[in-house]
Amino acid sequence: MKDYEIVKNAYYDSVTLMSTTVSIKKALNLKDLVMFMGTDMNKDMMESVGLYDKKFDDATPNDLLIGIEMHETIDGWVDQVLDKLSNKTNQNQDQSQTVFKTISQAKQAKDSNIAIISVPGIYAANEAYKALENNMHVMLFSDNVSVEDEIGLKDLAIKKDLLVMGPDCGTAIINGMGLCFANQVSKGHIGLVAASGTGLQEVTVIIDRFGGGISQAIGVGGRDLSEAVGGKMMLKSIDALSEDDETEVIVLISKPPHKSVLDKILTKIKDLNKPVVVCLLDAVVNENIKDVHFVSTLTEAAQKALELGGFKTPDLMTIDKETETLIEKEQLLKVKSQDKIKGLFCGGTLTAETLSVLRGKVHDIISNVAKKKDEIMINPMESHGHNLVDLGDDVFTQGKPHPMIEPMIRLDRIIQEAKNPETSVILLDFELGLGSHEDPVGVTIETIEEALAIAKKDNRHLSFVAYVCGTNKDAQNLEKSEAMLKEHGVIIAKTNAHAALIASKIVGGKL
Amino acid sequence: MSISKLFSETLKVVNVGSPSFKKDFETQGLDYVHLEWKPPASGDLKLLSLLNQIRPYSEQIEKANEEVVSKIKAAEAKLVAVKQAKDVIPNMTSHTILHSGPPIAFDNMVGPMQGAIIGALMYEGLAKDEKEATLLAKSGKITFDSAHHHQAVGPMAGIISASMPVHVLYNEIHGNYSYCTINEGLGKVLRYGANSNEVLDRLKFMETTVMPVLNEAVELAKGIDIKSIITQALHMGDECHNRNKASSALFLREVAGYIVQTSFSDEMKSGTLNFIKNNEHYFLNLSMPYCKLALDSARHTPYSTVVVAMSRNGVDFGIQLAHSDKWFTAPANYVKGLMFPGFTEDDAAPDIGDSAITETCGIGGFAMGGAPAIVQFVGGVVKQAYDYSKEMHEITSGKHQVFTLPPLDFMPTALGIDILKVVETNILPIINTGMAHKKAGVGQVGAGLVNPPMACFEKALEDYAKGVK
Repeated sequence: MKDYEIVKNAYYDSVTLMSTTVSIKKALNLKDLVMFMGTDMNKDMMESVGLYDKKFDDATPNDLLIGIEMHETIDGWVDQVLDKLSNKTNQNQDQSQTVFKTISQAKQAKDSNIAIISVPGIYAANEAYKALENNMHVMLFSDNVSVEDEIGLKDLAIKKDLLVMGPDCGTAIINGMGLCFANQVSKGHIGLVAASGTGLQEVTVIIDRFGGGISQAIGVGGRDLSEAVGGKMMLKSIDALSEDDETEVIVLISKPPHKSVLDKILTKIKDLNKPVVVCLLDAVVNENIKDVHFVSTLTEAAQKALELGGFKTPDLMTIDKETETLIEKEQLLKVKSQDKIKGLFCGGTLTAETLSVLRGKVHDIISNVAKKKDEIMINPMESHGHNLVDLGDDVFTQGKPHPMIEPMIRLDRIIQEAKNPETSVILLDFELGLGSHEDPVGVTIETIEEALAIAKKDNRHLSFVAYVCGTNKDAQNLEKSEAMLKEHGVIIAKTNAHAALIASKIVGGKL
Repeated sequence: MSISKLFSETLKVVNVGSPSFKKDFETQGLDYVHLEWKPPASGDLKLLSLLNQIRPYSEQIEKANEEVVSKIKAAEAKLVAVKQAKDVIPNMTSHTILHSGPPIAFDNMVGPMQGAIIGALMYEGLAKDEKEATLLAKSGKITFDSAHHHQAVGPMAGIISASMPVHVLYNEIHGNYSYCTINEGLGKVLRYGANSNEVLDRLKFMETTVMPVLNEAVELAKGIDIKSIITQALHMGDECHNRNKASSALFLREVAGYIVQTSFSDEMKSGTLNFIKNNEHYFLNLSMPYCKLALDSARHTPYSTVVVAMSRNGVDFGIQLAHSDKWFTAPANYVKGLMFPGFTEDDAAPDIGDSAITETCGIGGFAMGGAPAIVQFVGGVVKQAYDYSKEMHEITSGKHQVFTLPPLDFMPTALGIDILKVVETNILPIINTGMAHKKAGVGQVGAGLVNPPMACFEKALEDYAKGVK
């Protein structure tokens, strides 16, 4: 049975609501639970999941709306839910002593130099302006910020010689401190600018793994290299890194930028005093510029940067003997129907990189991150042929935490793919580090076992190929995570691109 | 601040939004502050877009507001005369009646204000009884106007008629004047709408005894410094709106010697001394015109978003900004607080009077943290009074370094209410005020706290956004 409640003037941030929704649902054994602040967008969302009530009509964005579906009526469910919710927020409050309500207050009291903003998009620009007005740098984690605001913010920032990382910037490492979603990597002399969160994570992780280190890793947000924004922040950040004494090699990472923006970037890096590695994934750049190296995968970007920084790496884009043996063993166990790769990703750029690696190796591959018409996966909810699904896509995350925070949303899909007779390889990524789930591998292991069992019952052998993006300095620990997977027969790749190569090899793709 | 500087210094984060990042800051030993963030403007997107619209003018606004605050702070105030309204207040005729709050027609006024006007017309000899006075008030022969339009203010009904004696304050720094009636005391008084013979007799006594004696005393004293008394009284437990015990005593101390030196009879002198002594709210009618004087000196500052008047006529609450003379009004709220024995909240009229000018100038409710003796109005918790005084800094452009609060380590009071901050933070100014009975002439029924309606600030913002260029 369904029931509804409005709590007037009770603001909770969306991450708190989403994360507690999962735990409250479990604790009270509810069929369904949705908790949102009463914005129009949220109301639509509640309506779409069938937990909307007329009494929500007049609710304001400052009112908490709760829709609940119970197996059997729970008396006093409202109090129970609110108790659990306030427990959560109280715990959080205990950790900081002085209460600050505005950025200006914090600036005055603590002389803070950077604001990390993750409030809902409609409010985020306002806070970012406030931070800039207070001469603070900004990391704008929030998405749904208008392009006009992005331009306004970045123009103001450039005028004041400040950084605006984002909107929709998930990763940065400034002065060795990881911000939002970042891995613990060594300090060093490779500086990065990226319009992609997991792309930045992947490159920093590989650099760290082979002995290199990071001076600064600046995120600029996925839209920075669009025609409208014109790469403002990437250009500014390149200047900053070229002036930074700690930075010896500069790496730029982005999905293909707009042509006009690419030209601006090329003009800028022509005259730099430092070598530059440019990774634009699918974009082909036929330019020959001194000290500028164009690569098409994150793996190669890291490798090139390491090489320029004086570090040796094995060739990460070939499959070594040991892995080859594993692959051959897998191939022997396949039945005829099993010829497809099913990539289930938490990282968006990692999905895009995989597509870029697999294109040309296997036929008719589709993905919900594809830009090319014939590669677009129209319904990402439905498995079809070789497909690479980014589960961080909006269609999966409406009202739910991102799979990097809550990888559980991938579990059902793994089972679904295991039941599909055409599935040969399930390709997975796991992101460790700050911001991510405390044990992404651990919560997935049981499902991997279950998937293997389902296939086995049907006389099929399923191959799992996984890449763990992380370091041993991360709290989740790379070695431990990889060991858990290996124990369950999962083939571990060295990098994300490497994982794609392994998957391709298993299904007999071209090498 | 520049990017290269950032790379060379320790990162200090302000976390705005998800608390889940906090543990990551902690594991890294990163210095951070987590904001207790709430959606600005209560999440109202229309207001947010208005705030955005005027963002390009933020430099001009900030400069203008700084100018306004420094003018208000610089203002000096001396009581220089006590004279009849018709002799000193600009545009005051024998048929003019000034009232508190934004302009309002007689028929729309609340009981206490109508009662006070009837009393004033009888006091002026324009009507012989209540019936005649009512007819005259409705006849159109009387010019009603907001006292604020005449550099004047008055508590509660705030009625000023031609013959009434008024305190005349002069600001030596900016050269402007302000005016306020003499406080009648508590009980059955005109400002609460009472108009019996007892009330009218007292008004006559004030006109014929208190006014001449005090005027001569003030002349002998070459003016009495009102700002200095407020400064001292704030250190003696007054907030100079709802508590005026110390300030009234200080005023009496300043003026008593000169009263004795005047040329009037002993009876008139002692009558005047006792009148001041017996009224612990005497000074309210001096702190109010001080505030009016200081705030008026900052008027007509282009771009400023600072409030220079908050006032209520018993029906509507109105505010004015430093950049224009427009009123932005909305229905007044009811005061919440301590009811005097025998009265309930149902007996109270909506918030009324010009006395919110004190909060506009950074004292009154804004200085409650320095007046712990009156916190029973707010439920008896001293800390709450401290919190109010601290919180007001969230919505002001500056602070009044001369007005300080000893219990809060001499924290300056918050000064210069900025409508942009009010709308953005959703924090309303706190007003510490008395409650009038809704029926004329009953008097004060309680005291407590009230806020202006948010709509005043929203309307002001809307108008500002429309006009700014």
